[in-house]
Amino acid sequence: MRYLLTEFKEGLLISLQAIRANKMRSALTTLGIVIGIVSVTLMGTAIEGLDRAFNKSIAAIGADVLYVQKFPWGGGQDWWRIRNRRDIQIRHERAIEKQASLAQAVTPVTGTRRQVKYERKLVENVVVVGTDADFIETAGATIAFGRFFTPMEADGGRPVCAIGSEIAVNLFPNENPIGKTIKVGNYAYRVVGVFERQGNFLGMESLDNRVYIPINRFFSEFANSRQGIQVWVKAVSLDQVENAKEEVRGIMRKARGLKPRDEDDFAINQQEILIQTFNSIGVVIAGVGLFITGLALFVGGIGIMNIMFVSVTERTKEIGIRKAIGAPRRAILLQFLVESAALCLLGGIIGLATAFPLSLIIDQVLPTAMPVSIVIVALLVSIFVGIVSGFLPAYRASRLDPVDALRYE
Amino acid sequence: MSTIIRLFNITKVYQMGEEEVHALQGVNLEIKKNEYVAIMGPSGSGKSTLMNIIGCLDTPTAGLYELNGTNVSEMNDNQLAKIRNKEIGFVFQTFNLLARSDVLHNVELPLIYGGFSSAERKRLAKEAIERVGLSDRMHHKPNELSGGQRQRVAIARALVTNPSILLADEPTGNLDSRTGEEIMGLFDMLHQQGNTIIVVTHEEEIAAHAHRMVRIRDGKVERDEMVKHRRIAKSIVTS
Repeated sequence: MRYLLTEFKEGLLISLQAIRANKMRSALTTLGIVIGIVSVTLMGTAIEGLDRAFNKSIAAIGADVLYVQKFPWGGGQDWWRIRNRRDIQIRHERAIEKQASLAQAVTPVTGTRRQVKYERKLVENVVVVGTDADFIETAGATIAFGRFFTPMEADGGRPVCAIGSEIAVNLFPNENPIGKTIKVGNYAYRVVGVFERQGNFLGMESLDNRVYIPINRFFSEFANSRQGIQVWVKAVSLDQVENAKEEVRGIMRKARGLKPRDEDDFAINQQEILIQTFNSIGVVIAGVGLFITGLALFVGGIGIMNIMFVSVTERTKEIGIRKAIGAPRRAILLQFLVESAALCLLGGIIGLATAFPLSLIIDQVLPTAMPVSIVIVALLVSIFVGIVSGFLPAYRASRLDPVDALRYE
Repeated sequence: MSTIIRLFNITKVYQMGEEEVHALQGVNLEIKKNEYVAIMGPSGSGKSTLMNIIGCLDTPTAGLYELNGTNVSEMNDNQLAKIRNKEIGFVFQTFNLLARSDVLHNVELPLIYGGFSSAERKRLAKEAIERVGLSDRMHHKPNELSGGQRQRVAIARALVTNPSILLADEPTGNLDSRTGEEIMGLFDMLHQQGNTIIVVTHEEEIAAHAHRMVRIRDGKVERDEMVKHRRIAKSIVTS
């Protein structure tokens, strides 16, 4: 063991000398590894960031909430057939609300897009959501100022609204929005509350750029009553979600008059489906991404192998000397493996040092995260590449005949 | 006195393309402890091949080679490396030092492969460097030393493991005559201290330092005789 350690130290010393003696060549060779490590690290960072962003977004969808919709999440089924399903309507929501014993809250949700105005300030293309008072419970959102509309206001279809934080900032930069009247499309609504900031969902759509109004009023002012809705059902507890799902399914089938042999003509979506879908997509993205970036590392490894062959040839005489004074094959092998691993590790460190600021720049566009695990993996990978690509040259060096090697000029 | 080297009917055949070259054709030789032997011969005589075999850098095609009572003629690479490390100290014509390492590290090198601890290595290496009179050059690189000094570093490296034989191949070939004489003086001294020395050379003057002269010609021992008029170096380690 001590022999190995001593030989390892000697190898390290010699390889550092060799790298220092050939600065330019080492730098150029290392560049391949640097590029490889930068791309692999950035890819890993992006995947990690995507994962985190997803988990953060997914938290907005409560694990105990069921979403009764026309379309199933995750897709993959016969789109045309699903499109032709009958829409889900308010009466279905009423049925669930009346009959479901495992539901804590049931809300109808529907929406459209309109411009929103206050005095001379205007926001285009705002999502207008029609819902009822239980929305605050099924959505798991919190009100920052004021209140959400009451069951009475909702059922009576009063012209009141709660607005997202972004709308509040845009329309009321210097005022308290509570009690002010805004125009949603052509109709006036009094602001009763402002939502807490929620951020965006999967980096796509801002949840803060929305206006919430009573669904009864929504149908009289923005859509006819045939427009489809979704029904959000919050189960009484997390462990009752599956039972609640069965119950809701039964109620829906009955309300829609399905015969026992008929398939469901609606979907009951839940967080789990989204997680499954994301995970299966995530695996593909990670696989393809790491494969492509891994190619860069592979090319870098070939560069290392090449330069190690040069190094072995250049130092044939040195190998001869070492063998003459008693270096066993193992020691020569180890020496060149250490040199190649050190070269790659150097590349790995430079690569990480480059990737870190880059990941911060990319973070402006895409969510990224560079956890310690990626740093460690990147360093281990670069050592591994070094050992793999250094093996052949090192093996050749270790097999050199001492007499020939000594005679080499 | 005990026999260190026993060569019995050693042959070595090289394959050079189509042709077989018989470099050694039945060499018999015995060398005892504390002998000082010069192996002489013109180029192409096979003396380099003989030296490689004695130095365990190469194995004979046929014949028996016993070093310190151990049959080394059929050992593999790694076993030979161990023998070289323990039993043989090489001194080469071109010094063969590691250019990027300082004197101390160069002398330490055989001990690294011998598995000595760092402290032990330093101690033994410093001792060997002292014996060749270079204590004040411990941390110089080879290119900061004169030819004679470099050869003395090489000798220190050869001595550091306390080997059974010192095997010198044209040790003065790259030195001027005065420095060469100095190096030979060092060998004379080491011989007096009890080392067994084999010098391979084609120069009569150098060979005359030895007690015994073995002449090789056409792959055979042509003459094996005691030196009548031994040369003793006038200057023994001056610096």
